[in-house]
Amino acid sequence: MAGNVWVLAEHWRSKISDITYELLALGKEVATNIGAELQAVLLGHEVRELAQSLGAANSVLYLDHVALANPVPESFAQALASAIRARKPRAILIPLTNVSWEIGTLLAAQLEVGYINACKDVRLVEGKLQVRSVLYGGKMEALVNPAQSTAILGILPGARPADHGRAATVPMLEEVTVDLAETSSVQLKRYLEPEPGDIDISKQEVLVSVGRGIQSRENVRLAEELAGALGGAVCGSRPVIDQGWLPLSRQVGKSGAVVKPKLYVAAGISGAPEHVEGMKNSDLIIAINSDPQAPIFNVARYGITADAIDVLPALTEMVRSRKKEAKSRAA
Amino acid sequence: MKIIVLLKMVPDVVEELEVAADGQTLDTEFLRLIANELDNHALEEALLLKEKYSGTVTVVALDAPEVDDALFTALAKGADQALKITDGDSAPSTLSGAYRLAQALSTVPGLLPVDLILTGAQAIDDLDGMTSPLVAHFLRLPQLGIITQVSVNSVAGVATVLREFPGGVRGEYEIQLPAVLGIQAAEKPPRYVPVSRVQVAMKSRVIESVHVPTAADGGVGLSPVEEMLKPEVTEHAQMLQGSPEEVANQLCEVLAGRGLL
Repeated sequence: MAGNVWVLAEHWRSKISDITYELLALGKEVATNIGAELQAVLLGHEVRELAQSLGAANSVLYLDHVALANPVPESFAQALASAIRARKPRAILIPLTNVSWEIGTLLAAQLEVGYINACKDVRLVEGKLQVRSVLYGGKMEALVNPAQSTAILGILPGARPADHGRAATVPMLEEVTVDLAETSSVQLKRYLEPEPGDIDISKQEVLVSVGRGIQSRENVRLAEELAGALGGAVCGSRPVIDQGWLPLSRQVGKSGAVVKPKLYVAAGISGAPEHVEGMKNSDLIIAINSDPQAPIFNVARYGITADAIDVLPALTEMVRSRKKEAKSRAA
Repeated sequence: MKIIVLLKMVPDVVEELEVAADGQTLDTEFLRLIANELDNHALEEALLLKEKYSGTVTVVALDAPEVDDALFTALAKGADQALKITDGDSAPSTLSGAYRLAQALSTVPGLLPVDLILTGAQAIDDLDGMTSPLVAHFLRLPQLGIITQVSVNSVAGVATVLREFPGGVRGEYEIQLPAVLGIQAAEKPPRYVPVSRVQVAMKSRVIESVHVPTAADGGVGLSPVEEMLKPEVTEHAQMLQGSPEEVANQLCEVLAGRGLL
């Protein structure tokens, strides 16, 4: 049926990804607003049963092929391109995750239509689709009206709550034939599991997280001292991990852990979307950053415009003396 | 082994960004451009591969303010050749930029064939695509992004690469050469080069300017930006003021109130 809204139903290692439900929730809104149906598109090999949890969609298009058994963006884009040529949906929402990363770009290039990256919202404004794309590490946003018949949209995690895209109903499934080469010039050989870290940061109640603003490996100690005083652990954003100042097991964000502690102290972290997706659901977020425009202040409950290396020692000191007081009062 | 690194200049987001009077683009008056951070990782990975397997590293960039600094820095770090593509759009989109880069690679004598084309897995101004898959598409080469490790088997004509997946899992892929790789992080942090060595490079090395006629955007009509704006803020943080000791005191009140002390 022409003009429908499609959602690429991402799955990884035999499980539908949470972002798929987020996109189904968003897609449902868009489909309702333009008077179309919502269809989930499930690509893979022998994964038909995964369609059962996609009941938020009116129906599921299932594309099964051996070349789709593993995440190979080129093959996924090719399969989607031929389905889109045949069925001409109004829009397709594609998760912007490490699993589906380049699919939107490749798909649009193959179809010779535009692609819009890093969307956090899609709305109907004055009868036209309008998307909001996040640019410059979260410091700017662009409103774009997708011009082409099939709008190809890469959607950031967190666009809608995943629970809004879950449904108990089992959707109708339609199998679509795919014509792909059996072999690809890109092949997944195996997965390497993360080396177990000393702690699992996703299980900590208090996290003190450091970013580029911590300036040096030596200064990470300032965060460790605060974490120690609060009974928590230290973690970090991508640049700190890439510098080798903290091990990979302490990374929060797109390629790392998703954390929901009671307290998340973001020290010297700007708040790029890749980091925010990993920590935005923390109960209490306190951000310290010298840049008053840092996007982290848009997700934090309390903010301090200052150098993290000045505030951390003062806070550690204060926490220690408060705890000491409390202890002596109790004694 | 022959490696090409694609380098793109992007706004330094440490500086404050403002919207231009047209309401659709960035105000360029106070804009400072720097090499895209992940492109620096791509350069580092290329230099590491050169050290491991020997070969050459050619850095290619579209002309932009401050691009010479970035290219001389790349030469000072160990790149063998730096190429600047001139006469283009002053502010190309990722898509039109990738198209021009692909055009340059296939028309400038001596650039292709190549074993690997490396670039950043993403850039902070990617609105209409990502450079790595687009260049691969235009050159009809295999590609993979979010790469953190590369090793090459030239005899078999393949590279083994690691791609990041969620939760710290990595996928080991085999990709046929030549290939385009979107680098997320080099195996070591990008090397530091002192300003004095960049200045030496400025005196002793040349950036080759290559004229590539401006072309369309690869046949794709771009959706125009209707409006550029600072993020809509529903709930901005409550900002605490004062000396470090004063804000520490206020924070402790908050933490105590929530039973976190």
